[in-house]
Amino acid sequence: MTNDEHRLTQNQDAPTPTGIPPLNELAKHATSGEDDRVVSRRWLLMKAGIALNGLVGLALAVPVVRYIFAPWRKDSSYESWISLGAVKSFPAGETRLALFKNPFTRSWDGPTDNVACYVRREEADKFQVFAINCAHLGCPVRWFPQSQLFMCPCHGGVYYADGSRASGPPTRGLFTYDWKVVSNELHIDAGQMPTLSNSAKLEKPEIGEGDCTCRG
Amino acid sequence: MPRVNGTGQRIYAWFERRLQLEGPVKEAALHPVPRNTASWWYVFGSAAFTLLFLQIITGILLALIYVPSAAHAWDSLNVLNHQVPLGWYIRALHGWGSNFMVAIVLIHMAQVFLFGAYKFPRELTWILGVFLLLMTLGMAFTGQVLRFDQDAYWGLGIGASIMGRVPFIGGGLVHLLLGGPIIAGATLSRFFTLHVFVIPGLLLLFALTHVWMVLKLGVNEWPMPGRVVRRATYVQEYNKLAHEDGIPFVPGAFWKDLVFSGAVIAAVAVCALIMGPFGPGGQPDPSIIQTVPKPDFFFLWIYAVLSYLPPALETPFILIAPIIGIAILLALPFYAAEGEKSWHRRPVAVLVVSFVAVAWGSFTQLGTVTPWSPHMSAWSADAIPAKFLRGASPLVRQGANVFQDKQCRNCHAVGGRGGQRGPALDDIATRMTPDELRFKVVTGGGNMPAFGKNLSPAEIEALVAFLDTLHPPNQRPAVNPVNEVYTSTHASGGEDVSAAPGAAR
Repeated sequence: MTNDEHRLTQNQDAPTPTGIPPLNELAKHATSGEDDRVVSRRWLLMKAGIALNGLVGLALAVPVVRYIFAPWRKDSSYESWISLGAVKSFPAGETRLALFKNPFTRSWDGPTDNVACYVRREEADKFQVFAINCAHLGCPVRWFPQSQLFMCPCHGGVYYADGSRASGPPTRGLFTYDWKVVSNELHIDAGQMPTLSNSAKLEKPEIGEGDCTCRG
Repeated sequence: MPRVNGTGQRIYAWFERRLQLEGPVKEAALHPVPRNTASWWYVFGSAAFTLLFLQIITGILLALIYVPSAAHAWDSLNVLNHQVPLGWYIRALHGWGSNFMVAIVLIHMAQVFLFGAYKFPRELTWILGVFLLLMTLGMAFTGQVLRFDQDAYWGLGIGASIMGRVPFIGGGLVHLLLGGPIIAGATLSRFFTLHVFVIPGLLLLFALTHVWMVLKLGVNEWPMPGRVVRRATYVQEYNKLAHEDGIPFVPGAFWKDLVFSGAVIAAVAVCALIMGPFGPGGQPDPSIIQTVPKPDFFFLWIYAVLSYLPPALETPFILIAPIIGIAILLALPFYAAEGEKSWHRRPVAVLVVSFVAVAWGSFTQLGTVTPWSPHMSAWSADAIPAKFLRGASPLVRQGANVFQDKQCRNCHAVGGRGGQRGPALDDIATRMTPDELRFKVVTGGGNMPAFGKNLSPAEIEALVAFLDTLHPPNQRPAVNPVNEVYTSTHASGGEDVSAAPGAAR
């Protein structure tokens, strides 16, 4: 701190270069006339008090931090297999919207745990299940069966029927869920909002070709 | 102390004996400030502070009814809007107060920057101001989340998607942000905590410290060209100015603060009365996908920036640009602690403010229009204007059907209606030959999907025939010069299918 700042903050006491730390100087004022050793004992006790509080604070910080970071878990601990309903409700050659209740849920979630996804049944035993979230910034993509395209209303990402990127800002195709058929029901491995960090690593931007045989 | 009657005087004295506030309050109120700081340019900070208190009071009033639960928040907002007497008005006051607060804080910051008020010894005042701006924006965003509707839901989705781009720890950060694996009850609870406890607490603490420093260091003098700030001499010069050509802060400068703050609150009240509360929009049910999410006004510019960044630059930009921006703001008072304060001698500062304002305004305007978003219902809602089909051949009419049915209209406007993602096609035939049109439709490219797989050859021919009629009556459609030479020399052109639709016109 410069002298000017001292004056500005109306602290008119010039610092005395006595070599004694200012705290000790304060203490001397408080106990004027007493032995230096008495003072240092009081200061020792105060330091002990600070140390005790520091220790208690540190001990308490452990459960607090653990509590705050509780949601930070492995992806697998949130995910589980969940049924999307009978296989026959997904006609071959079509892409349909399917809804499911998120497996990880609380009673006060309200409508937010209704999750939507797109099921594309290519052939009798071949499925693709796409997340509703655009791979760009997570907005809900909409399926247009007439043009066989998924379009995102936010920044204009477009995907082909097979989920590959057609155009716009996404750096990859739609996120997909793993699927399996169990006793004639379609199951997917779901549970968390798909983002670039859990569903797949960042990919290089690549233009999909939409199964188009006419492109080189 | 004002003269009051005996009892009043005794009560005052009783409290003053215990509180001992008279001295410090008098000192703060009557300290001299340079005469020319009693200006209408110096009223924005106090107005922001007043708005903060309006927000605190209306926020507390809303909390009497609002339920911070994902299952009930949306319902409780509708109850506030429609059932609680004047609940809509308190919501409107809080919403408009928020918009005004962000605006006034930004204006305050621009003014302080242009007046060089961040220079020595007010560096820390500026730094706290930067944090106050960030916290004000944080309040605006978390407040938008508490209005738990579709926009709030998908806005959170965008936040999570951005978090998910952080290398290595992105997944964990998404869990922390959402309080779990998806946007749900835990998410709303933590944003409620942020909006109601954490950020306002810090905001109040920082704002009071900010005001404390303004009182202690003095209001920044009116900058004069040539009056240069030097660490060694500034404080003496300032004190001389304040004492020799100064007036007491109250009422000399304070009356303008009072008048402006009152006017701003009145403006909020009138806006709230006339335009009412914001939302809530649709239910926060992610299975309702017929939605076009949009952020609140002050975040529209980010929405626009995110759609214009090249994909490869996006992640680095989103993650690094805010850090650089904040670092520049924080470093500013150290980089330029001394020197000229006057904007007359700081062309770069004026340019920076102008540039930022123009860029912000342009991006906000673009964010309002969203030319990059497909119009999701254009294909079924916007009919082809009749003038395009008058006297058209059956093939061309069929092509117009294909154009609508295959959602081309969602990205391409015709007759001024439709998406703006791709170019308007009103005169596409003057720019592309039938061959080029066919190639573009089939293979896509340059932000257009390839339709080769999704259109039958007959549909493609009909579509190209329709597109080739889209040119002004006085302008010929484009032709391939090679084909033209070929057809004129060989006079047959039987193999050149592309000439046919053009000829039909």
